[in-house]
Amino acid sequence: MSSDIDEAEEAVRVRFIVNGRKVACEVAPRDTLVDCLRNSLELTGTHAGCEMGACGACLVRLDGRAVHACLMFAVQADGARIDTIEGLSESGDIADLQAEFHRRNALQCGFCTPGMLINAHELLSRLAEPSRAAIRDALSGNFCRCTGYEAIVDAIAAVADARAAKASQKGSPE
Amino acid sequence: MTPLTSLDRPNSYIGRSVPRPNAKRLLAGRGRYVTDIRLPRMLHAAFLRSPYAHARIARVDVDAARALAGVHLVATGADLAKICTPWTGTLDHFKGMTSEPQLPLPLDRVVWAGQAVLAVVAESRAIAEDALELISVDYEELPAIVDLDAAREPGTPRVNPAGSSNICFRAQLDSGGVDEAFASAAHIIEEEFSFGRHTPVTLEPRAIVADYDPDGGMLTVHHATQTPYQFQDLYSRHYRIPEARVRVIAPDIGGSFGLKLHVYHEDMAVVGLSILLGRPVKFVADRLESFVSDIHARDHHVRARMAIDADGRILAMDVHDATAIGAFSTYPRTSVVEGNQVIRLIGAPYDFKSYRAALEVVFQNKVQTSQYRAVGHPIACAVTERMVDLAAARIGLDPFAIRAKNVIPDDAYPTASPTGYRFESLSHQVCLQRLREIMDYDALRAEQSELRQRGIHRGIGIATFVEITNPSPAFYGVGGARISSQDGATISLTPSGEVRCAISVTEQGQGTEAIISQIVADQLGLAQEHVKVITGDTEVTPHGGATWACRGAGIGGETALQAARKLKANILEIAALVLQEQPAALNIIDGEVVNAATRQPRLAIAEIARIAYFRSDTLPPGTQAQLTVSHHFAPQGYPFAFTNGIQGCYVEVDADTGFIKLLKHFVVEDCGRIINPMLVDEQVRGGVVQGLGAALFEECRYGETGQLLNGSLADYLVPMAMEMPDIVIAHVETPTADTALGAKGCGEAGTAAASACVLNAVNDALAPFCASINAVPITPARVLEALGRF
Ligand code: FES
Ligand code: FES
Repeated sequence: MSSDIDEAEEAVRVRFIVNGRKVACEVAPRDTLVDCLRNSLELTGTHAGCEMGACGACLVRLDGRAVHACLMFAVQADGARIDTIEGLSESGDIADLQAEFHRRNALQCGFCTPGMLINAHELLSRLAEPSRAAIRDALSGNFCRCTGYEAIVDAIAAVADARAAKASQKGSPE
Repeated sequence: MTPLTSLDRPNSYIGRSVPRPNAKRLLAGRGRYVTDIRLPRMLHAAFLRSPYAHARIARVDVDAARALAGVHLVATGADLAKICTPWTGTLDHFKGMTSEPQLPLPLDRVVWAGQAVLAVVAESRAIAEDALELISVDYEELPAIVDLDAAREPGTPRVNPAGSSNICFRAQLDSGGVDEAFASAAHIIEEEFSFGRHTPVTLEPRAIVADYDPDGGMLTVHHATQTPYQFQDLYSRHYRIPEARVRVIAPDIGGSFGLKLHVYHEDMAVVGLSILLGRPVKFVADRLESFVSDIHARDHHVRARMAIDADGRILAMDVHDATAIGAFSTYPRTSVVEGNQVIRLIGAPYDFKSYRAALEVVFQNKVQTSQYRAVGHPIACAVTERMVDLAAARIGLDPFAIRAKNVIPDDAYPTASPTGYRFESLSHQVCLQRLREIMDYDALRAEQSELRQRGIHRGIGIATFVEITNPSPAFYGVGGARISSQDGATISLTPSGEVRCAISVTEQGQGTEAIISQIVADQLGLAQEHVKVITGDTEVTPHGGATWACRGAGIGGETALQAARKLKANILEIAALVLQEQPAALNIIDGEVVNAATRQPRLAIAEIARIAYFRSDTLPPGTQAQLTVSHHFAPQGYPFAFTNGIQGCYVEVDADTGFIKLLKHFVVEDCGRIINPMLVDEQVRGGVVQGLGAALFEECRYGETGQLLNGSLADYLVPMAMEMPDIVIAHVETPTADTALGAKGCGEAGTAAASACVLNAVNDALAPFCASINAVPITPARVLEALGRF
């Protein structure tokens, strides 16, 4: 029994590019990516709400796609490019989403918010002008107990509109 | 040009939708939740949980667990009982109430499946959980009492062998005249209702880090809670540490809704484990643990009768509420408050004299129930409003018409309900009218009947409600609970002329800090960004009740208002000395002392701060500037600030599948003075969605042996964005005259009536089928059953 535990605890060295920087850390084979990000790398902006893929609090971008960090072992992400809420905030990539969430109070306790933002970012990169129904549909894996969702939907819709308006301005001849 | 309003005055923040200053951190992933905290030398606790709903602990073998590398402590109930005194969840004003004393971990008997039995503390949570696997416990199973009705039957085995029955508490209300009213009634409506158990499911689970310093004899607890002062008191008394040496810090909290103000066995244990080890110990409930150990709520069976006259006037109500609360009553707020509020709130919006109610609170072998958002309101509201709709249907009145006939008229205040609640001023009539307008009711009815022709079954439901906010000591204090109904603030002008307000109300995301800074900035006359609000640390703010029962704005806000006015007077006193003026001739606008009449700037408040802190020698002899003020406020006057409102909803029922689609929801709400309209709307929306979850999805389902069958976020359904409707909100403002601010509360309003509304709407949709549903949640299976198709 105890030899099993020793084996489980044997550390593995993994490397990622996290928020644009190369990092290496030692993880146990059973450590999930969310635990590795939160504990080893101290990126506590990524949250754990269910650890079974149901709440969306742990979403991060992995090689450009939103994934549940709770459903993946850290060793499976070896070599990946990972962007968390901290990195996306610093890069300014989601500044418009953050500003609109703030303006409309599309968050209360904030525990779901990093996952919501990452999902919204992904949605808007796939679909330039999603309908409200499409936004609600895209958020159907993100649980928020506080807001009632409407302000989140409003904020994402407003950013989609603003981005579209900007794009059409750029595209149209002066 | 639109006329100037009070909002056009400089620094007027009361009534203004401004974003929350502290929300930006959370948006950037810089929140600091207890879940995130890591202290030097910190260890991690995990708990072995009972697989049985009721069993005797015959033998425990922890040797292998103790021997595992990385394990620091395996603690039993007896180990913790040596240092922690037991607690009992009863209060004196609930006469005749009983409950078993509780310890952090049980000595010899477990009373629900999922109860923590033993604790392991190790270097990591993973090692602690490995050690749990090495523990063996022999249990002797005892009969488990699971069902509410079974628990009430005479001759049922007892949940607590030492008790004389499974009854925790009984209460009765009788205003008189009930039998006469029923005897003379033109119609009598009778119905039975059942309400399933559900649970708060905050996205951040319960989390605690206890840090005992044996040398200083000092306990610091980082606790995800609404009520740090209550826990400071409890940890001090149960672990016999002087109160001043116990510090409870509540940093960012990932939602609470009542969940995080109760005593949980694991949390008490973690404090004890830290004391035993002299090191910080952390425990975060994982989601599966949350479902079996967080409080649940509701679980009521209600029988109701209503007498009406030939015109549809309510004459009397007679109700019986039975509720099951788990194996003991929760500490320190008890598990009977919900039932107590159910029987007192039934019928509350309506003008009738004769009311009788009986409440029976029983034990069973399930996890404890206690106060969760809108305590009792959803049940009282659903029962009342469904009965009113049934009465309307009986005599052929429209739901709006029967309510218009029966609500307490807006000019009848002050008045009291037949259950003894005193109402200062409510606005049912105007709310009813507003709802009709915002729903465009007549058009909805036309659409409904047109769609019915085409086999599309839509329903419209409305529900009036009364909400209890701002409780006085009549709520807990009189029962002997050390739960404060007052709040305190310490407010200072800093040397650079900014303002710092440390206040005992707390923040869980509803915007407490934002509205306190709005009130302080408004009252003092400076820009909101120059006010820093500090909450959630017993070492820093005065003692106070903190945030529950919607007291943040009404009581916390009034505390801040009065403190700010005092500080302003002190600032102007010094300004008057410096400027050789009368204080009354001066005012503060935008951080400048001005001539009160001409608004001519005279001196920056920063300059007054500089003089007072660094050049007091230049002030007249004998002057002692008081630029820090501590102030407390306890509600007086009405024992509660009641609020009211009405909700409406529009649903579509698929008669083949039983699925219910929420199309739109409407709320008209009167919470008194509104400080930040955007935050109020968001409170209401969040509350409505919690109520809609209860109406349609959320139920803790148990098997016959008392096992929770759906205790995970994959199995327990919560409302998600896709199923939720847009929510239209309108306000009526009837400020309370009990305070200068006039604010009441708004946090329970959404949850209070949402499920009642949906219940009425679904029944309205099913009316052509002569089918009726009186159980919540209204699942597709229940719809099909009502339609005789299942
Ligand atoms: S924690 Fe990953 S989905 Fe909930
Ligand atoms: S803001 Fe609290 S869970 Fe979404």
